[in-house]
Amino acid sequence: MKRTVSRLQLREYLWAYTFLGPAFFFLLVLVVFPILFALWISLHDWSLIPRDFPWIGLANYAEAIEDTLTRKSLRNTLAYTVGVVPVGMSLALVLALIMNQDRLPMRTALRTVYFIPVITSWVAVSFVWIWMFEPHYGLVNNVLGFFGINGPKWLASPKWALAAIMLVAIWKGLGFSMVIFLAGLQGIPREFYEAAQIDGASRWARFQNITFPLLNPTIVFITVTGVIGSLQVFTPAVIMTTRQGEAGGPIDSTRVMVYHIYATAFRYNDLGFGAALAFVLFALILVITLVQLRVTQREFEYG
Amino acid sequence: MTATAATQSTATSSRMHWLGKGIGLLVLLIGGVWMLLPLVWMLSASLMPLSEVIKIPPVWFAPAKYTVGNFSEVWFDIGFWRFSLNSAFVALTITTCQLLTSTMAGFAFARYEFPGRTVIFIVILSTLMIPFQVIMIPLFIMMAKLGLVNTYWGMIVPAIVTPFGIFLMRQFMLSVPKSLLEAGRIDGASEPYIYARIMLPLSKPAIAALTIFTFLAAWDDFLWPLIIINSKQKWTLPIAMSRFTEQYISQTHLQMAGAAVMFLPVLIVFLMMQRNFIEGVAMTGLKG
Repeated sequence: MKRTVSRLQLREYLWAYTFLGPAFFFLLVLVVFPILFALWISLHDWSLIPRDFPWIGLANYAEAIEDTLTRKSLRNTLAYTVGVVPVGMSLALVLALIMNQDRLPMRTALRTVYFIPVITSWVAVSFVWIWMFEPHYGLVNNVLGFFGINGPKWLASPKWALAAIMLVAIWKGLGFSMVIFLAGLQGIPREFYEAAQIDGASRWARFQNITFPLLNPTIVFITVTGVIGSLQVFTPAVIMTTRQGEAGGPIDSTRVMVYHIYATAFRYNDLGFGAALAFVLFALILVITLVQLRVTQREFEYG
Repeated sequence: MTATAATQSTATSSRMHWLGKGIGLLVLLIGGVWMLLPLVWMLSASLMPLSEVIKIPPVWFAPAKYTVGNFSEVWFDIGFWRFSLNSAFVALTITTCQLLTSTMAGFAFARYEFPGRTVIFIVILSTLMIPFQVIMIPLFIMMAKLGLVNTYWGMIVPAIVTPFGIFLMRQFMLSVPKSLLEAGRIDGASEPYIYARIMLPLSKPAIAALTIFTFLAAWDDFLWPLIIINSKQKWTLPIAMSRFTEQYISQTHLQMAGAAVMFLPVLIVFLMMQRNFIEGVAMTGLKG
């Protein structure tokens, strides 16, 4: 007779599925199914008005490659990411290194100060920064003027608008990366530094040979999550640039992919094209993440 | 090397050390001012009449003219009391649902061996990478079919489970010693009891972190409410704020008051439990 499962084991399985059930069910319905549905939509000429949506194969994807507005949105999104992530990360690392010194006065208070922008709401701070960047009486140009620099028109200038949004993103994300770096730094055993000091290693040598390699998992984590988040930027790029109900200006210089997807689907009523654009963004995120993980070589443990 | 030379060199290096620390501190302080300046100005402007806010040369602080008039206009006349209630209700419900689904799933992974354990985990892991933009279009169509467009549930349902939440709780709960759970079983405790009375209290740090992340994300969420909500009655704070770009484009004093309404409650909670906040962030960073 083939012994299958004992009663006790069966009981355990039942409990396992009971506890796992709600999460897994909703995950299937609210994430897994929508992915497949999105793929289906992207192969049709789909709109919000119910009718027969014609199957058009890969036409939406072909259009995505050729469409100039899509290219522009992709370019802006990439420029934003390439600017925000490395600069934000370097600044956060420097700050964390300074803050990690022994017996530094006011350390906890400073850490709190740097973390406060992280907890602010994107919509709220976008309004604050609109006025910080106001060309005439905004704080930024006033401070620049104090040093004799004639500040640009920021959000009103096609050349500087995206840069302004990048500055806000760096400001808001700095404390988050810094706290993670601090945790990473504190995880490095002190003995390593003591041993190096006895061997007469200079500060720079200690940083290069101990801190930097041992901090690698933290750096990978911050770049990977930073890039994923930056490629999905939406709120500041919309709020800070909306004029007469249209965002992404001036002259589409701040039109980012997520806004492009949102506008295509829900403003221009082209759900099929919108879904295809979302997959383009997804592919971009996936490829860049995999390349990053490959380049950083080391095993990145998701856990 | 003579003794004197050695002492001298230590003295120099220690002086260098203090100098370095002093410069470092200065950098941190100057940077810190820049971190807070926009927010301090926001609060200051939220208390000033428009005539003061837009003066040239600019007035940063005019305590003599401070008034709560902007707040009463935003709160009562524009209706932020209603939008705050909407936001609080939606964010709290989402947080509760997500905590429940995530801790239960995490518990199942940490406690039981069962068929499909690995497969299910791989499915969850692979959904971790899916950006929300990919599923928002089908989600809208699904919500429309269910009649949930322009309802609170339409805002809540898509957020009642996240792969991130499940993943975070699973990772944490796996590190809880099994012996602690077995102790409950020997005492004849039921499985729900072990979950609620043993596992949950032991998982407090992870629960605190997930609570903070989920609540902040829901409080700040702009994209999904923008898609699913169209009547003013159901606006959340981010949607209400975004209307300032149209109707109140040059009303800086009201915009700053609105921003302060969004910011101050979060700031107060943060200052009360900042240890949990910062440790929570550090924990997710380390656990990945």
